[in-house]
Amino acid sequence: MELFTNQVLAGIATGAIYACMALAVVMIYQAIDHLNFAQGEMAMFSTFVAWQLMQWGLPYWVAFVLTLVFSFIGGVVIERLLFKPLAKAPVLTHVAGFIALFAIINSVAGLLWDFTIKQFPSPFGSSPFLGSQLISTHQAGMIFVTLILLVLLFGFFRYTRVGLAMRAAASMPESARLVGINTGWMIALGWGMAAAIGSIAGMLIAPVVFLEPNMMGGVLIYGFAAAVVGGLSSPLGAVVGGFLVGIFENLVGTYIPGVGNELKLPIALALIITVLVVKPNGLFGRAIVKRV
Amino acid sequence: MSAVQEVAAAPVIDAVPKKAMALGPVASLVILTLLIATPLFVKNFIIFQMTMWLIYAIAVLALNILTGASGQFSLGQSAFYALGAYTSAILMEHGNINYVLTLPVAGLICFIAGFLFGLPALRLSGIYLALATFALATAMPQLLKLGVFEHWTGGVQGLVVTKPDAPEILATLGLKVSQDMWLYYFTLFVSIMIYIFSVNLLKSRSGRAMMAIRDNEIAASAMGVDVSLYKTLAFGISAGITGVAGGLGAIAVQFVAPDGYTIQLAVALFLGMVVGGVGWLPGSLAGAAFIVFVPNIAEHISKGLSGAVFGVILILIIFLMPHGARQIAYGAQSLIGKLRRN
Amino acid sequence: MTAMLNVKDLRAYYGQVQALHGLEFALNEGSMTTLLGANGAGKTTTLRAICNMIRSTGSIEFEGKNLGNASTENIVRLGIAHVPQGRGTFTTLTVEENLQLGAITRKDTKAIASDIDRMYDHFPVLKQRYLQQAGTLSGGEQQMLAVARALMLRPKLMLLDEPSFGLAPLVVRDLFGILGKINREDKVSILVVEQNAKLALELADKAYVIETGRIVMSGSANEIANNEDVRKSYLGY
Repeated sequence: MELFTNQVLAGIATGAIYACMALAVVMIYQAIDHLNFAQGEMAMFSTFVAWQLMQWGLPYWVAFVLTLVFSFIGGVVIERLLFKPLAKAPVLTHVAGFIALFAIINSVAGLLWDFTIKQFPSPFGSSPFLGSQLISTHQAGMIFVTLILLVLLFGFFRYTRVGLAMRAAASMPESARLVGINTGWMIALGWGMAAAIGSIAGMLIAPVVFLEPNMMGGVLIYGFAAAVVGGLSSPLGAVVGGFLVGIFENLVGTYIPGVGNELKLPIALALIITVLVVKPNGLFGRAIVKRV
Repeated sequence: MSAVQEVAAAPVIDAVPKKAMALGPVASLVILTLLIATPLFVKNFIIFQMTMWLIYAIAVLALNILTGASGQFSLGQSAFYALGAYTSAILMEHGNINYVLTLPVAGLICFIAGFLFGLPALRLSGIYLALATFALATAMPQLLKLGVFEHWTGGVQGLVVTKPDAPEILATLGLKVSQDMWLYYFTLFVSIMIYIFSVNLLKSRSGRAMMAIRDNEIAASAMGVDVSLYKTLAFGISAGITGVAGGLGAIAVQFVAPDGYTIQLAVALFLGMVVGGVGWLPGSLAGAAFIVFVPNIAEHISKGLSGAVFGVILILIIFLMPHGARQIAYGAQSLIGKLRRN
Repeated sequence: MTAMLNVKDLRAYYGQVQALHGLEFALNEGSMTTLLGANGAGKTTTLRAICNMIRSTGSIEFEGKNLGNASTENIVRLGIAHVPQGRGTFTTLTVEENLQLGAITRKDTKAIASDIDRMYDHFPVLKQRYLQQAGTLSGGEQQMLAVARALMLRPKLMLLDEPSFGLAPLVVRDLFGILGKINREDKVSILVVEQNAKLALELADKAYVIETGRIVMSGSANEIANNEDVRKSYLGY
């Protein structure tokens, strides 16, 4: 029983990573109705920027804020340059665009900072949390930051006019234009916010998985899976999904014999898909009834 | 709480009109001639690359049937390719079976696998199906490395495959045909058979049923189309064809190993489909050319930034022709039509 | 009296197909005008062209200023509210959110809140369902929501595309009654595009008839209603 509790707690700790990534995924989904496959790479790149700023002598929190701003602007720029021209292209072409973006960012990061792993500091330190052996202060910090982001995002979408306009623009762009919303800028704003949230995710994750260009690959997949399990339309769902995915992954690794690190990913995904087969719209998603 | 939503006017996969399923007779003849004649004038290594080009074209064609015709999004084709490759390899190396015979077996096994995967996949669509097929693609290399199969699969090291010689009858006729050249023409023959089969499939009632499902599943089922049957059938056929491509790939490369069939292959096939033009069968050749040749070109341009160059080339392509090579073909066709009228 | 909306030589295109062939008409401030025509005549196209939702050439002047190539959202901000065919309600958002969205370009938050209350007075059924998702409302309720949302803009001109479509006759009567009230009391100019000629002619002051992308008849609603040809083609007697 103790092993089980330990693994669940450890799962919640890793789950915070996936939850944070999932928030960025849901953010962009709310803005553009698509999943951005290059989200992880953008987060990774932002984290490297933060690292570089600190190498140049800037203190952690200054680098953190500058990175946030850089990421927000970067997200807007990428959307305006790359995806606005593709607005009328078919969905699958957009996916190809995401893949191209992924390749470019990964390659440039590799060139600028090479593929050796680097240490990334945590503002929370890594001593045991409250004396417990299970969660470090950094992991507790991650969970804390994720929850704050969740509250902020929830409030943004529910209670601000911009948030409402964004939701309207994403769900029915033509109707949104008919109430005077500039849908193009709503999309750009969504990209910027998603990039900023992604950068926070990257900066929280890097102390744990170590900074290198390929660090976000697995995390992004789990982030997607978490967002999908949560229902894609709900920040709360993304966070709950993230924790659940983290717990799944840990339990699978612990209790299913013969499953090494490599098989954890597909098995976790398989479990998630089983959830979806039972609840096709995710745990918190709204069922959309299609009218013919 | 549920939200009622009118079914969107624009389908996710844009439809290719029936008459445009295949190339016109003149274009087909030109391309066929080039495909037959070129290997006679080039070195063996180029012939080998052309063989791989055809093999990937077959795989992209399979994906075109699955996504372009029946509207099911799949990032998992690499799993079926791997299954086909290993089937051929195991039959040849452990069972001493002639390479030609391994192909139908690979195709059949992959058809069954695809059909079986398609059954639970019926409940998923769009993003969810993408995730499921993604899981399949990531699982495959790991499954191939599993200790329990190692006796057959060769584990992490994989299996070496013996390259077949050209049949003796050609030597007795006085024709000196290299292994590469023979394999190329054999692959060309198989590709043409598969292409003809696929074009006819899409023009047939079954093909129309699949396309009806792609465009409006609810309406199709209201018209009596057995949606479940055709969707799983599409998965099966697409997997089967991919399996044949995999088998050919194993023979051409003379080698199978788990890390040769990762998610990167699935992504490459997907890109090949988009570049060629989703649902446009002839585009598979253009798409496969992209997959086989552009990465090399990118590396030539810049070794350190090869990924970035690849990405930039891809972006240029989708900016210039968002609907893929099909756009260029249509454009050329209407241009020729206009010139004719003048 | 200068016309509030002045349309001259309007030609509109869906891709290569031309749908409007030199349309001309004008609306005065405070008027209630109806544009009648059969299916495919170009009624919806006209409204979409006014809001620059499709490609068109010609001149469209609103309050004396040419709209030029302004984007749809900027045209809306000038004070033109468009209730499209199919209503365009935000089906995944609540009734109240839909109303808030109608006023999203306005800055006077206190007035917005009191306007929402006024909408609930006009349409009591919306007040009952204010937290419900718009997509679960009935057709008639969604139409009322669409009109209410348009009114939240405090528009100078309201364009309605076939508001009677798919609604039961009694519901249509109610709706048209409310439209008349809005026109008279709130001084909102209205252009209604309709297939239901009888009701539209009862409601409007002025009428235009459009056939294959051209205006073929114009006059006061009374004149048009009593016109032989109109009676035979559109009124059934």
